[in-house]
Amino acid sequence: MNDRLLFKPGHTACAGCGQAIAARIVIETAGPNTIIANNTGCLEVFTTRYPESAWNVPWIHSLFENAPAVASGIEAALIYMGKKEGVNIIAQAGDGGTADIGLQALSGMWERGQDILSICYDNEAYENTGIQRSGATPYGTNTTTTPVGAKSTGNLRSKKNIPEIAVAHGIPYVATASVAFIQDLQRKVKKAISIKGSKYIQIHVPCPLGWRHQANETLLVAKLAVETGLYPLIEYENGNFLSCRKITPKPVEEYLKIQGRFKHLLNNPQELKKIQDIADNNIKKYALKMESQ
Amino acid sequence: MKEFLEGSRAVAEIIKLCKPGVISAYPITPQTHIVEELAQMVANGELSSQFINVESEHSAASVVLGASATGVRTFTATSSQGLFYMGEVIFNIAGVRLPLVMTCANRAISAPINIWNDQQDSISLRDAGWIQLYAENVQESADFHLIGYRVSEDKSIMLPVMICMDGFILTHGIESVDMPKQAQVDKFLPAYKALYKLDPSEPLTMGILADPDYYMEARYAIHATFKDVLELLPKVSQEFSDIFGRDYKDLLVEEYFTKDAEKVIVAMGSVCGTIKEVVDELRAKGKKVGLLRIISYRPFPYARIYEALKNVSKVAILDKSVSLGAYAPLASEIKSVFSNKKKLPKVISSFVAGLGGRDITLESIREIFRKLNAKELVQEFIDLKPELLKEQYE
Repeated sequence: MNDRLLFKPGHTACAGCGQAIAARIVIETAGPNTIIANNTGCLEVFTTRYPESAWNVPWIHSLFENAPAVASGIEAALIYMGKKEGVNIIAQAGDGGTADIGLQALSGMWERGQDILSICYDNEAYENTGIQRSGATPYGTNTTTTPVGAKSTGNLRSKKNIPEIAVAHGIPYVATASVAFIQDLQRKVKKAISIKGSKYIQIHVPCPLGWRHQANETLLVAKLAVETGLYPLIEYENGNFLSCRKITPKPVEEYLKIQGRFKHLLNNPQELKKIQDIADNNIKKYALKMESQ
Repeated sequence: MKEFLEGSRAVAEIIKLCKPGVISAYPITPQTHIVEELAQMVANGELSSQFINVESEHSAASVVLGASATGVRTFTATSSQGLFYMGEVIFNIAGVRLPLVMTCANRAISAPINIWNDQQDSISLRDAGWIQLYAENVQESADFHLIGYRVSEDKSIMLPVMICMDGFILTHGIESVDMPKQAQVDKFLPAYKALYKLDPSEPLTMGILADPDYYMEARYAIHATFKDVLELLPKVSQEFSDIFGRDYKDLLVEEYFTKDAEKVIVAMGSVCGTIKEVVDELRAKGKKVGLLRIISYRPFPYARIYEALKNVSKVAILDKSVSLGAYAPLASEIKSVFSNKKKLPKVISSFVAGLGGRDITLESIREIFRKLNAKELVQEFIDLKPELLKEQYE
């Protein structure tokens, strides 16, 4: 049975790791004719500690920021050998490897239009190195490099909008997804690999360790991020807004209060208001609100 | 057939004959002509390689890494800051044991920014796990790329090769070159068959995490392979000589009038042509002088160098790079050859010259031979302008 699994059990991810679930869904959806280039990060560390590997597809890790370039070389080699047909190439990374240090290589690959699906497992900080802030860390988050103190309420910058940066490259498919909505994620991965060219999917994956929530509440946390409007599930095809997941918006406190990383905000109405504004802006911008029947 | 070719053109021509599947390119002076020539060959349909223009040197190295891991022969070229920007990928390629060949058009390192030749770039990456061969002229620059693929892809080696050719002096210098025929190249360098590769029919995990229980053995294995490279280079040189008629002896060093020499300069790269001219001139006057040219800097051929220099009375080492705050790189390594040895030169003096493209003239070399006397000199800078060192801030 294990021989047929593409992402095998026995890896060393933390209990409740959202990224491990999403990574399994991605590769099981993409199928065995897939080659993965993986940036440095949690996923690489917990799946390929020698002499073990969780991967039952060809998989390569090189460095923190170069998976898109490595994947570009893989694609070029397959084309040269006449073996590209029917093979999916995935370049995957965490949010630091995508939004920060890896953005240049990713931008280069998108601009070249290579037939590669880039995946960002977005757990909104450098969780692997000890919960430091990344460009994808949301406003107000308490991380080890944006700590809360007498003069700080955590991360002062808002989350970098990588999906829109991806759209600006003119690539044919861009989507956000969430580990809480598995079928939606599967559909998006299927759609992405059916399209020739560069594709980008950013998946919201809670990290119990870094977000300080209960390990059995990973999917609940992810679900609330979507339902509050803080993590809109959207899709663009050929630069056009294609769809979004409609919600009946819940107040952001419901999402924030079950995570230690936002605990300091709960008695701070002014800061809570700012985060509610972020959600409200998303709801308006992407028309997330479900029309009343 | 002999042709009159620019160094970059000669390298591009030889790469074409090696038929790489993937070429990645990012412009950096002075290697740019090489990839421009290759791009034109692809555009003309003379070469079927995938040619990938990338957004940085870091990605240029990463693209050939990915392509080599997928089982094709690859090529890229770099220089100076570009090599440094690639730095972590350079170490990574060797660590994953991927065979490939890259040109380094040797050039100075910033600051101050300077686009001219010295050898600080590749020397600074000497510990990366790449084989480094230094060419003296355009013919060697071309030939060494061919030899590089043959060595790199040898199943017992599987390490990347950097062909170091002096920027501008060789990349832009025009010389008469004997370009091989395709049939000869095919005989010397068979089509590349990867020992392991990324292939969905046989899933393989590459670039793993090795904890303290495993990391050291992986590094040791590379180190051990370099000993095999020392054995292989002379054999490959013989094969090369049989097919192409050019004899690079053991490919580790070249000895030029060292046998009976009392004074020998040790150096690498194109400056050796200048040194040979001065050796000829002094020999004509009856002076017993010679040159020991290091071709293989990594692996460093300690035993071979010892044999060549053990009976020489006075040795001068000429570095075109520095290790700021310590002996220059070549000087410290040549000196270490004689540690705990019974036979050794009476004098080993070290000289630095040609940094940032300052010309090393015949007179510069004569000066080194003049200064090579009973008094041992350490890190003597040749052609330094003392008047420029007087400028001061208050």
